[in-house]
Amino acid sequence: MKLVIIDYGAGNTQSVKFAFQRLGVNPVLSSNEEDILSADKVIFPGVGHAKAAMDVLKEKQLDRLIPQLKQPVLGICLGMQLMCKFSEEGKTPCLGIFDETVKLFEPKAKVPHMGWQQTTDSQQQTTGFYYFVHSYYVPVNNYTTLTCQYITDFSAAVQKDNFYGVQFHPEKSGEAGEQLLQKFLEAR
Amino acid sequence: MLAKRIIPCLDIKDGRTVKGVNFENLRDAGDAVELARRYADEGADELVFLDITATHEKRKTLATLVERIAQHINIPFTVGGGIGTVEDVNVLLQSGADKVSLNSAAVKHPALIADIADKFGSQCLVLAIDAKETATGWKVYLNGGRLATELDLFAWAQQSEQLGAGEILFTSMNHDGTKNGFANVALRQLSSVVNIPVIASGGAGSMQHFVETFTEGHADAALAASIFHFQEISIRELKHFLQQHQIPVRL
Repeated sequence: MKLVIIDYGAGNTQSVKFAFQRLGVNPVLSSNEEDILSADKVIFPGVGHAKAAMDVLKEKQLDRLIPQLKQPVLGICLGMQLMCKFSEEGKTPCLGIFDETVKLFEPKAKVPHMGWQQTTDSQQQTTGFYYFVHSYYVPVNNYTTLTCQYITDFSAAVQKDNFYGVQFHPEKSGEAGEQLLQKFLEAR
Repeated sequence: MLAKRIIPCLDIKDGRTVKGVNFENLRDAGDAVELARRYADEGADELVFLDITATHEKRKTLATLVERIAQHINIPFTVGGGIGTVEDVNVLLQSGADKVSLNSAAVKHPALIADIADKFGSQCLVLAIDAKETATGWKVYLNGGRLATELDLFAWAQQSEQLGAGEILFTSMNHDGTKNGFANVALRQLSSVVNIPVIASGGAGSMQHFVETFTEGHADAALAASIFHFQEISIRELKHFLQQHQIPVRL
């Protein structure tokens, strides 16, 4: 399987690569259009600032490429947020795959939302614990597949066609995270 | 509900873990990666690695160790010790660290906090504060507790939050190594003056001490070293104990 991690300077690229290596897959890091188009699966990682990240994506012309991908794409943390229409972080338009605005948590509890929390799936079942670190969130919407509650209900995971997104860090979420990455590898 | 985090701390010297009592008398406690893996398997929520011999020449050794840790560990980890520049941070994050902790260098150059937060985000910046309760209040100490300053713990924590720190790791020098419990009064005050997570450190001696630092100290996470290294408390048992005491934990 050819797994490509989109390389655009995101902070967690190395950790994501190691996580897949632990699962026996050796991902390719690339920002090259041909590489990405020829991948069986694509990982869109992300740690950092939305506006700064969008600037890099535009410079590398990845802002046009990513929404056109047909193979399964997994956006992680900021990667998931960038797949939305707009982010309050730096007030930047994003990729628009999900018609949502990424919002800043109101400081009714400590921000960032940092640490381990369970989520709820569409059948109201509680999942394992995942590791979150974020100050902005994607509101619950029609494409929400996992919901988490901190200050407000927000999307812990979303899916629309071949685009998957997780707000938490599966690469840092112990066994529960590894199972999720394994499921993505098996997704068709 | 967000789980309270249990964080074993590994003091690193030449790639091996050591633990000092009151910052002195180091004892060898094993290979860093091996120990880290054991902790992760036992249910640790995060790990902190403090390089206590961090000198310029040792930087490369540390980066290599960080990369090995990142390859083998599937939970978040922080690296600290001797970090003084944005480039130091860049090397550690590139090697696979999730967060870095800053201590003395941040006091000497507070702008470093903002520089790091702007470049890499607040989520990767843990501000470590060593402080001691004196006749005139809680004062910040530098250089591994050897150098006193006039800086107030709470004022410094607030200032660092404004500059962009993502978490505060507060070690009470009065409690560290005593095994008599965490500095819960100070921790509670600290947690009320900042709106970022506070990690309690120094004084863990029993499982009850962890319950108290979460209930009385309002800590978001608790860090300890020797009691885990020498297997006086197992992390798994500790987390079951916390759950029995209605503390939300990841099990």
